[in-house]
Amino acid sequence: MSTPVTLPRWADLALLPLINVAVAFLAAGLVVLAIGESPLEATGILLRGALGHAEGIGFTLYYATNFIFAGLAVAVAFHAGLFNIGGEGQAIVGGVGAAMVALALGHLPGLIVLPLAVLAAALFGAAWAAVPGWLQARRGSHVVITTIMFNFIASALLIYLLVDIFRPPGSMEPSSRLFAAGGKLPFLHDLLAMIGISMPKTPLNLSFVIALGAAVVVYLLIDRSRLGYGLRTVGANPTAARYGGISPERATVVAMAISGGLAGMMAINEILGVQHRLINDFTGGYGFVGIAVALMGRSHPVGLLLAALLFGVLYQGGTELAFDKPRITRDMIVVIQGLVILFAGALEFMFKPALARLLKAKER
Amino acid sequence: MELIDTAFAVFASGLRLAIPLLCACLAGLYSERSGVVDIGLEGKMLAAAFGATAAALSTGSALAGLAVGVATATVLALIHGYAAITQRGNQIVSGMAINMLAAGLTALLGNAWYREGGRTPPLDGGARFSPITLPGAEALSGIPVFGPFYKTVLSGHPLPVYIALAAVPLTWFLFFRTRWGLRLRAVGENPAAVDTAGISVPRLRYSAMLMTGMLCGLGGTYLAVAQAASFLPNMTAGKGFIALAALIFAKWRPVQALGACLLFGVLDAVAIRLQGVALPGIGQVPVQAIQALPYILTVILLAGFVGRAIPPRAVGVPYVKER
Amino acid sequence: MTAPAIALTAIDKRFGPVHANRAIDLVVEKGTIHGIIGENGAGKSTLMSILYGFYEADSGTIAVNGAPVRIRSSADAIRLGIGMVHQHFMLVEPMTVAENVLLGAEGGALIAGGLVHARAEIARLGADYGLVVDPDAVVGELSVGLQQRVEIIKALYRGAEVLILDEPTGVLTPAEAPQLFEVLGELSRQGRTILIITHKLKEIMAITDAVSVMRRGEMVAHRRTAATSVSELAELMVGRAIVHPARGEGTAPGAPLLAVEHLTVRDSRKVVRVEDVSFAVRAGEIVGIAGVSGNGQSELVEAIAGIIRPASGAIRIAGHTLTAADDAASARTHGLAHVPEDRHRMGLVTAFPAWENLLLGHHRDAAYGSGPLIDRERTVAATAQTMAHFDVRPADPLLKTANFSGGNQQKLVIAREIEAGPQVLIAAQPTRGVDIGAIAFIHQQLLAMKAAGKAILLVSVELDEIFALADRIVVMCGGKVVGIRPVAETDQNEIGLMMAGVERAA
Repeated sequence: MSTPVTLPRWADLALLPLINVAVAFLAAGLVVLAIGESPLEATGILLRGALGHAEGIGFTLYYATNFIFAGLAVAVAFHAGLFNIGGEGQAIVGGVGAAMVALALGHLPGLIVLPLAVLAAALFGAAWAAVPGWLQARRGSHVVITTIMFNFIASALLIYLLVDIFRPPGSMEPSSRLFAAGGKLPFLHDLLAMIGISMPKTPLNLSFVIALGAAVVVYLLIDRSRLGYGLRTVGANPTAARYGGISPERATVVAMAISGGLAGMMAINEILGVQHRLINDFTGGYGFVGIAVALMGRSHPVGLLLAALLFGVLYQGGTELAFDKPRITRDMIVVIQGLVILFAGALEFMFKPALARLLKAKER
Repeated sequence: MELIDTAFAVFASGLRLAIPLLCACLAGLYSERSGVVDIGLEGKMLAAAFGATAAALSTGSALAGLAVGVATATVLALIHGYAAITQRGNQIVSGMAINMLAAGLTALLGNAWYREGGRTPPLDGGARFSPITLPGAEALSGIPVFGPFYKTVLSGHPLPVYIALAAVPLTWFLFFRTRWGLRLRAVGENPAAVDTAGISVPRLRYSAMLMTGMLCGLGGTYLAVAQAASFLPNMTAGKGFIALAALIFAKWRPVQALGACLLFGVLDAVAIRLQGVALPGIGQVPVQAIQALPYILTVILLAGFVGRAIPPRAVGVPYVKER
Repeated sequence: MTAPAIALTAIDKRFGPVHANRAIDLVVEKGTIHGIIGENGAGKSTLMSILYGFYEADSGTIAVNGAPVRIRSSADAIRLGIGMVHQHFMLVEPMTVAENVLLGAEGGALIAGGLVHARAEIARLGADYGLVVDPDAVVGELSVGLQQRVEIIKALYRGAEVLILDEPTGVLTPAEAPQLFEVLGELSRQGRTILIITHKLKEIMAITDAVSVMRRGEMVAHRRTAATSVSELAELMVGRAIVHPARGEGTAPGAPLLAVEHLTVRDSRKVVRVEDVSFAVRAGEIVGIAGVSGNGQSELVEAIAGIIRPASGAIRIAGHTLTAADDAASARTHGLAHVPEDRHRMGLVTAFPAWENLLLGHHRDAAYGSGPLIDRERTVAATAQTMAHFDVRPADPLLKTANFSGGNQQKLVIAREIEAGPQVLIAAQPTRGVDIGAIAFIHQQLLAMKAAGKAILLVSVELDEIFALADRIVVMCGGKVVGIRPVAETDQNEIGLMMAGVERAA
């Protein structure tokens, strides 16, 4: 194919990605059919469970919080030309950091403890990502492989810490003790009640607001700031970056650190916001969802927020669906993730020629 | 004598642990030498493990399991090939997608079909690959050193082990003595040179992906139908990625790949032996540290001892005819 | 009368909106050396790619030895006896010469037999045509001239009767070129047909029997070489008489603004690329570095620009000595600007819009915003102004850089570097891949900077360009400075010899 296909800008930015996602969902529907359930019925249950009532919406946004952080983490690394697949491990380590602060200082007022705990989550996550970043920059170690290895190492580390260090004496459960009041992020239904708005009880907590704030900061950083310009240049053309006085090695480490920090902050939702203690396996694969969210949202902040919301719907609706139809377990969402990544990521331009032909046919 | 017996037992164990790595490593070798990055080795092995187990359970035949396992992995390999070669898409993203699809589908179908939380019932009898005793193993066992080595380390493994080992010299021959191998090595370094010589670059790369799929199928089938005798969720546990590190360590060569994977396998076997054993000076190593050891080792490998290994020059870059 | 070796009739090819070949007719007689000339973008490479099966023409016919044929792939072309030596070699560098020759013509599923045959053939071709090369040498370790020989051998091994060469002398030293011409002459004497694509008019005059001129996708003229001249061909290529910008009387140059002393630079594999090089560039002076590409000029430029660190020696820019702590950014703050030799690889980020490319190298400047954020409006406005000044078309700062033509991209880079107000400007291959109109403009800019008292280091593989602009010439060969001459006291012959490593007694 020697002729480059061109689409009008709106089709390129909005329609084509929409088509890709739609095809992914169609394929998912086929999988649902294959295990003997009705895709239409399943979709209905899912949507109702996620958006049909205030409680469902609350849960949806609570899940979306995780995906906003995870998606931002992947997106920042993408801009610098890196694949951060280590969101899971970075979130685990971030959770450890937050828990350590909350356990040590939880007796102090939340206004002091919580910012420190959030900072700890970000710093720990940043460090866990900066090491693979440094290895890539200085030793050429492929960051994809090292971050995945670090995921496994973090899981093992967490179990060891929970069983041998954090577990209160006499307890059989691999988890830490509950945080004192200062270490708990307030629930949104509590906050809203204070100003007279009533909302059903859901796990939705202040970390959702923090996530939205993070999205704004990331947008300003990547699109508008000098540092962001440097990262994007390295991602687009490392040789030109060096020519322009930007060190690709430094940019790699910085990008991974910021990315890891965002992934680390994902932990605050579960650990500080909902569980109020350090537990095992609290990341639940959310780090990988971040990849799908970043690809769907094309690393653009608005697209990313919408994609995170969509996956929030899927997770909440998926939980309801698993109740009603036990055959469609949560793993269905992982399948959808994979399909979205396939069609919105690897097969991004597959439908471009057909779409171009269709649009030209309409013009005539 | 006891020490040698223990050593041989560890080697034998190490060999068995190395086989899935070896299959994935060789699979990655074909793919990367042709210029296609494949981080979906993990997903292909997992999918093959599930497919093979399901087939072996329903037909009662391990060989049927092998056939289905290979077919499953090959289908996924061709999907990756389509995304990477024909659609010229991002190869890392495509590999990730395959991994997720495999993880999700195996768990979903496993639960839907077998209702045991994602694992399958155990395989037995003809549905499982049983150990093969090589000819003369007993007769030769009397010969000092060589006898026990032959009997413990070389003999007594299931069929996929021998197929995987045979794949090493076969790969070497294919790469360095055949026309196909010459073209394959060329297309990973300079696809334009191959194109202008009148050879189809896509066809060559697809044929490499076929080999990748078949080898991943072998590895996954071995894991489930020979080693564990059932499918467990996420049973590949990162082996597909460790195999990539081994490939880099082996500098993309088949015989060295065997060496690298054996090294990993033996180290893994040694570590498992040390579980619960108090080491002088350190005391008992936490079991999680032992579990994390292969991953830590991989990072160390990638970080330092390897030096700067140079991959095939055109790897990861979709081939576009220049204007 | 024998049928022509190649006859193209009404060949037409579009790439989207670009009409690369418009109804081209071409007749090439058997046993001749036929030149195809034209500027960058005239469509010569496209035409030859169609002949070699890389692309298929939208319409038109091809006839080989009088018989109409369809060439849909390189395999078809090879079968018809057409072979091509590309400008950028199609070689597999880690493999040996024999393996490269064998690729695609292995003669069987196992290669052992083919290798024996290939070695024999390589020896024969060496004896018959002077194409001597060691079959077991690793191609990546051969000199460029020898690599080109391998390319020719590849084509002949497959029985090429028609040999197409695309810009064959661009990578050769002035001494290697005659060797190539001898080989080509011998081949044509033995009945093979040669097609040469080039823009070097002197070579056309030297070795071709006939020449065809292309301009903007059209075939505009055919001539018997004996019946034409360099100036006629130049005019046909461009479509109008060419005016070279006047050198002007220079004032005497001032103090040295760039000084390089005993500079040694190693590449990433620790191989010495620049060895003990010393020279200076004074204010109001243009120093030209002449040499065949690959003789250390690239590494020299990158070291001066702060992109790579030298192994030893000193670099002084406007009085400041570069230290290990300096990089490209600090070189800029000390008054250096750098137009890199490969704008796609280094000078631009083609995915960015034009205004973001104007920031490259300057994104930390206070002019573009205070604090951590970049002032987008100010930068876009400044870009629009700059684009207007330097006649970059279209003058749209928001347009993606990849959508500009090569010449306009280069003007963008030059605009950025000159607007930075440097004391020292390095211009490496500043007119590569740029059409003649833009070339004249760029030359004008360089001369204007010289008149303003700046120091300019010009690196070029085109001797014409060096002689047109430079005051002094530094000749590099094999990483060393072979000689430094004032342009008024030398000529292209002497410089050519020095480029090949032959130094005349001063």
